Amino acid sequence: MKLELRGITKRFGTLVANDNINLVVKPGEIHSLLGENGAGKSTLMNVLYGLYAADGGEILLDDVVQNFKGPGDAMAAGIGMVHQHFMLIPVFTVAENVVLGNEPTSALGVLNLDEARKRVREISDRFGFDIDPDALVEDLPVGSQQRVEIIKALARNAKVLVLDEPTAVLTPQETDELMGIMRDLAKAGTSIVFITHKLREVQAVADRITVIRLGAVVGEAKPTDSAGSLATLMVGREVDLNVHKSKVSLGSSGLRVSGLTVVGDRHTKVVDDVSFDVRGGEILAIAGVQGNGQTELAEALVGLRTPSAGSIHLGELDITHSSVREVIDAGVGYIPEDRKKDGLVGDFTVAENFMLNKSYAPPFAKGISIDFANRDRLSDELISDFDVRTPGRETLAKQLSGGNQQKVVVARELSRDLSLLIASQPTRGVDVGSIEFIHEQIVATRDAGKPVVIISTELDEVTALADRIAVMYRGRIIGIVDGKESREKLGKMMAGVAV
Amino acid sequence: MTTTPKAVKADARWSIAAKEIVSGGAFRAFLSVLLGFVVGALFMVGSNEEFLKALSYFTARPTDALTAGWGAIADGYAALFRGSIYNYNADNLVAALRPITETLRFAAPLIAAGLGVALAFRVGLFNIGASGQILFGALAATAVSTRVELPWGIHLVVAAVTAIIASAAYGALVGFLKARTGAHEVIVTIMLNYIAAGLLTFAFRQESLLRETGGGGTPKSDAPAETAQLPLLLGDSYMLHAGIVLALVAVVIYWWLMERSTIGYRFRMVGHNADAARTAGINVELTFVAAMAVSGAFVGLAAINQALGARAGLTPDIDGSIGFDAITVALLGSSTAPGVLLAGLLFGAFKAGAPSMQVIGLSPEVTGVVQGFIVLFIAAPPLIRAIFRLPAPQKTTVVADWWARLTRKKAAK
Repeated sequence: MKLELRGITKRFGTLVANDNINLVVKPGEIHSLLGENGAGKSTLMNVLYGLYAADGGEILLDDVVQNFKGPGDAMAAGIGMVHQHFMLIPVFTVAENVVLGNEPTSALGVLNLDEARKRVREISDRFGFDIDPDALVEDLPVGSQQRVEIIKALARNAKVLVLDEPTAVLTPQETDELMGIMRDLAKAGTSIVFITHKLREVQAVADRITVIRLGAVVGEAKPTDSAGSLATLMVGREVDLNVHKSKVSLGSSGLRVSGLTVVGDRHTKVVDDVSFDVRGGEILAIAGVQGNGQTELAEALVGLRTPSAGSIHLGELDITHSSVREVIDAGVGYIPEDRKKDGLVGDFTVAENFMLNKSYAPPFAKGISIDFANRDRLSDELISDFDVRTPGRETLAKQLSGGNQQKVVVARELSRDLSLLIASQPTRGVDVGSIEFIHEQIVATRDAGKPVVIISTELDEVTALADRIAVMYRGRIIGIVDGKESREKLGKMMAGVAV
Repeated sequence: MTTTPKAVKADARWSIAAKEIVSGGAFRAFLSVLLGFVVGALFMVGSNEEFLKALSYFTARPTDALTAGWGAIADGYAALFRGSIYNYNADNLVAALRPITETLRFAAPLIAAGLGVALAFRVGLFNIGASGQILFGALAATAVSTRVELPWGIHLVVAAVTAIIASAAYGALVGFLKARTGAHEVIVTIMLNYIAAGLLTFAFRQESLLRETGGGGTPKSDAPAETAQLPLLLGDSYMLHAGIVLALVAVVIYWWLMERSTIGYRFRMVGHNADAARTAGINVELTFVAAMAVSGAFVGLAAINQALGARAGLTPDIDGSIGFDAITVALLGSSTAPGVLLAGLLFGAFKAGAPSMQVIGLSPEVTGVVQGFIVLFIAAPPLIRAIFRLPAPQKTTVVADWWARLTRKKAAK
């Protein structure tokens, strides 16, 4: 099915989220919508899906003007959507989820799931999804849940499939598998709109690329274009995708972890006998597929989890059983992987977020009263030093974009006198411009002779930043290799193959 | 007339600001109050016999019904005004001014307990236990005021401090149970309300404890010793005592604690996002205990008001409905210091004015209905927006900027 958007305009108050956007997706084409977070991609797709009414423009399917009053109309017309955050009921089975909202019933209104099971099996077999219709969704890994979403759309005869940032939650392998599925679907005649901000994926899978910046189409590109030129188009200025690191002579041992074992929420060893050293002036990256104990390791390092065995030394200081506050006072900076949950208070202002873990002592406190004069002065300094794009220090953190929220966290942690920096997924959900800046800051910390630990599931990030790489698999460190190790070997190690 | 671009821009700024104001909490609270009064008016009209009679021949002479209806509303709210603010029918000025002093007297415990509940709200805790904390504090205060002999002044201070400590401890117990065992504070506070009520009645009934000397079988305590009574503020003509002063001081302390101090900052942090607070090195469990203790301390001021403001012996219903009214005060006041102050005064006025509505034949429960509807409207912002066709909440920062500038001036002082 051919999809055409003509002059779509959508305003929210004074903000123009979509400005006269034109887009044509041909049948059986994978069309990539490339743009940074907040560029207006999701708004455009929500207009297409009938969730928002456009202020101008029209939607055509096979050259027929459509008038969607809601997602129901869009689905009936053949548009399927896989949202970034899955719309699945965890305690329902796959088949139940697939028919939700459109349940087949027998004469007496009794649910008839046999038909649904058959349909799930059909689609699953056809595209090699390997999904059991009777499995509970909550028991499935994230990658499989996403396939359930795709099955849901296909089961309703979607001819145009919209995938909104589908790889954000996937491991590298799952991402590759998803791309294979996208190609198969396109071959079978489904048109695919692939929304993303990741250049590598666009280059790998897209037939054509439309780049959106600040709500407007800024150009078309071919997948054969270089990553640099795509990034420039997307960000609107030259972006340096390479991280520059100078040679730094290694200092004394900064962080020494030996035999660390952490028992997790389900009473299993989530971190199992982990040992490593990080010296001053060195970045150790902990790589691995999400869920192999990295999160728990980071939490144990900063005192949020109590290790059941082993020790953590910061220089001469034993911080194995220190409280979070003691760890902070010892000079450990921590950028948590989930900034909205652990890194920021969304309903606090930017200035209030800057003092989150410094409210006990000067310069932010004077006795038990907040030192407003100092706080405001330092906040303004941090906003300009760390290039936080905000209307002002009194703006609520939740109103900032993901990249700027992360800059607030980075600014807060790096502005302390650090003895160690731990950064967990430092650039997750962050726009390209901010990624560049945050990477520079992390490298600057290393260049200043501090030990740095970064934990990342993005192989690109790991190889760009690391001096040494430790790969975690099922709670253990499967090997520590040089930072210049090949992607192939790292990929194998992440899959549990010791090298 | 030509308009410069700058002026146009300024106009836009004003209109944005106007939008923000009408979509903000304070304006909505005002409209909720207004709407509550409208609902109250409907009740008065609906229960007015003259109006109902006129309604039966409405089509023949509609003016009769309208006049009667309007009269009923005017009479009702005039009575509320006379009972709570200024009695223009009184014979002398002293009597004419009495209603406003009564409003202040009734408002004092509402404000104090309202601050306590509000503080818990801002830490993310639902303190339903103000009632129990008042009773427990009052019990402790009564023990000191009736069973201990101390010189004038010192006696009052000791009794008051005892009440605050008792209420704070009773609140802290809730925080402790939540932090240690994960018990939900709503369940715990409700149960502690029963326990406090039982304890108080027991102490007031048992011969050897706080029971009235020479009293009958009803549970009642002795009157507080004169040395332990809150002093009257305006002489013997009025019943207004120093409780209102305590409440006003509490408002200032609450404002400073929550908006200016690092303690309140950490309280709010835990309330907004306990995970981030934990990551920032804050002991969340300890914060729950501390916050409930401070919440209880504010409620303790209401206990002082009830136990030491009295001139006669206390009965087990000493808390009245203050413990629960405090929740509505905190809600209407959106848990801010000035909000709680105004909400407390409003509900105090309702309490003071209800009897004079009864005098003109209106059910005094009308004020209760008005009070309930106000909070109902507060709790359902979309309802208010729909009724008044207000815009959705604005996310721009014009008002926030002004507010910051205003408060900054205070901070610079």
